[in-house]
Amino acid sequence: MKWATCDLADYALRKADDTLVLGQRLSEWCGHGPVLEQDIALTNVALDLIGQARGYYQMAAAWRADGSTEDDLAYRRDAHLYGNHLLVELPNGHWGDTLARQFFFDAYNFFLLEQLSKSPVPELSALAQKAYKEVSYHAQFSAEWIIRLGDGTDESHTKIQQSVNRLWAYTGELFEDTDLDRKLDGAVPLPSTFRADWLQKMREVFALATLELPDPNAYMQKGGLHGRHTEHLGYILAEMQYLPRAYPDAKW
Amino acid sequence: MVRNPEDSDVWNILESVLDPEVPAVSIVELGMVRFVERAPGGNLRVGISPTYTGCPATDVIVRSAREALEGAGFAHTEIQTVLSPPWTTDWITEEGRAKLEAYGIAPPVGSSADKRSLFAPSPAVRCPRCKSLHTTRVSNFGSTACKALFQCDDCREPFDYFKCL
Repeated sequence: MKWATCDLADYALRKADDTLVLGQRLSEWCGHGPVLEQDIALTNVALDLIGQARGYYQMAAAWRADGSTEDDLAYRRDAHLYGNHLLVELPNGHWGDTLARQFFFDAYNFFLLEQLSKSPVPELSALAQKAYKEVSYHAQFSAEWIIRLGDGTDESHTKIQQSVNRLWAYTGELFEDTDLDRKLDGAVPLPSTFRADWLQKMREVFALATLELPDPNAYMQKGGLHGRHTEHLGYILAEMQYLPRAYPDAKW
Repeated sequence: MVRNPEDSDVWNILESVLDPEVPAVSIVELGMVRFVERAPGGNLRVGISPTYTGCPATDVIVRSAREALEGAGFAHTEIQTVLSPPWTTDWITEEGRAKLEAYGIAPPVGSSADKRSLFAPSPAVRCPRCKSLHTTRVSNFGSTACKALFQCDDCREPFDYFKCL
């Protein structure tokens, strides 16, 4: 293989961190959804994302070949070693905040996986092909909710527009090309290459939702990919990692 | 999927392994068993495709398959997870579909659709109880990762639909 396995491991870790952190966030809705069906829907999405995260962590562990396991990577790294996008670590807020965050991420994940399915690295393409089918259901779900809330009552319209506006500054980072992406040229897609597809999907759905698309060239928050996170990530990890850190040999 | 006649003993054993969350159909009927190979030393290799990446039943299925094979005398079985090509509901056998419906779960309609169109109308799903095609999707997500929630507009019963993947 012409790519360094340490770079592939770092790439898989970023994808793992994105899906694990968002899966963990969505799990917080379990038992708190507005109605039973939506509670179940979000926990199903969370389960898929955590399943995808496991696949990426297993890959990363194999490529690192330093004896670390998927569990070590998920539970024994501190916040500054996490390479997830800032968007996925943001608090759930209200239902509209969660669904706006989800729609931004699902559409990104959909186009990412579409490209990654064609990767010449068999581990990455296999997981991407599998995850792509799951994520198309996620994107359909979150898009439907954007439309339902945007084209709903005056109050739901106002609130979802506010959620979209507030979270917009965290979408730019999704399409940031980093040195790692460039080192893996040919193995993985450059995020900037599917930004136009993503924006087109935003326009399409926002038009149906009668929502205003914020300025794509507005100032964007960055840093997550380089380990510079919002204060929220530490709290997620504190809760998620507590048990395996306090009782390292705990078994089910 | 390649099914060699000389391995029919192994396939028959795997046909007794049921999906713990849908105990009406076997993992062979669900199309999860991708291959059976006999290595020269007599060791067995079995390829299993998970249905969903996060499906919590996958570990149980792999364990059950191993136990069933060991119980039948295949002491050395290697079970390999096959991700590519990804499992699809198209691989569920005709028999499996009939059993799903008899169990109260509507089987997937048509083949796994191209989901590029985000708002394709949902397919006409037949109520497993009264067989009416007059049904409504309640939610694309149900009690397990593989199912959606529907309701029959005639008999009014809610039911699970094994959604296309």
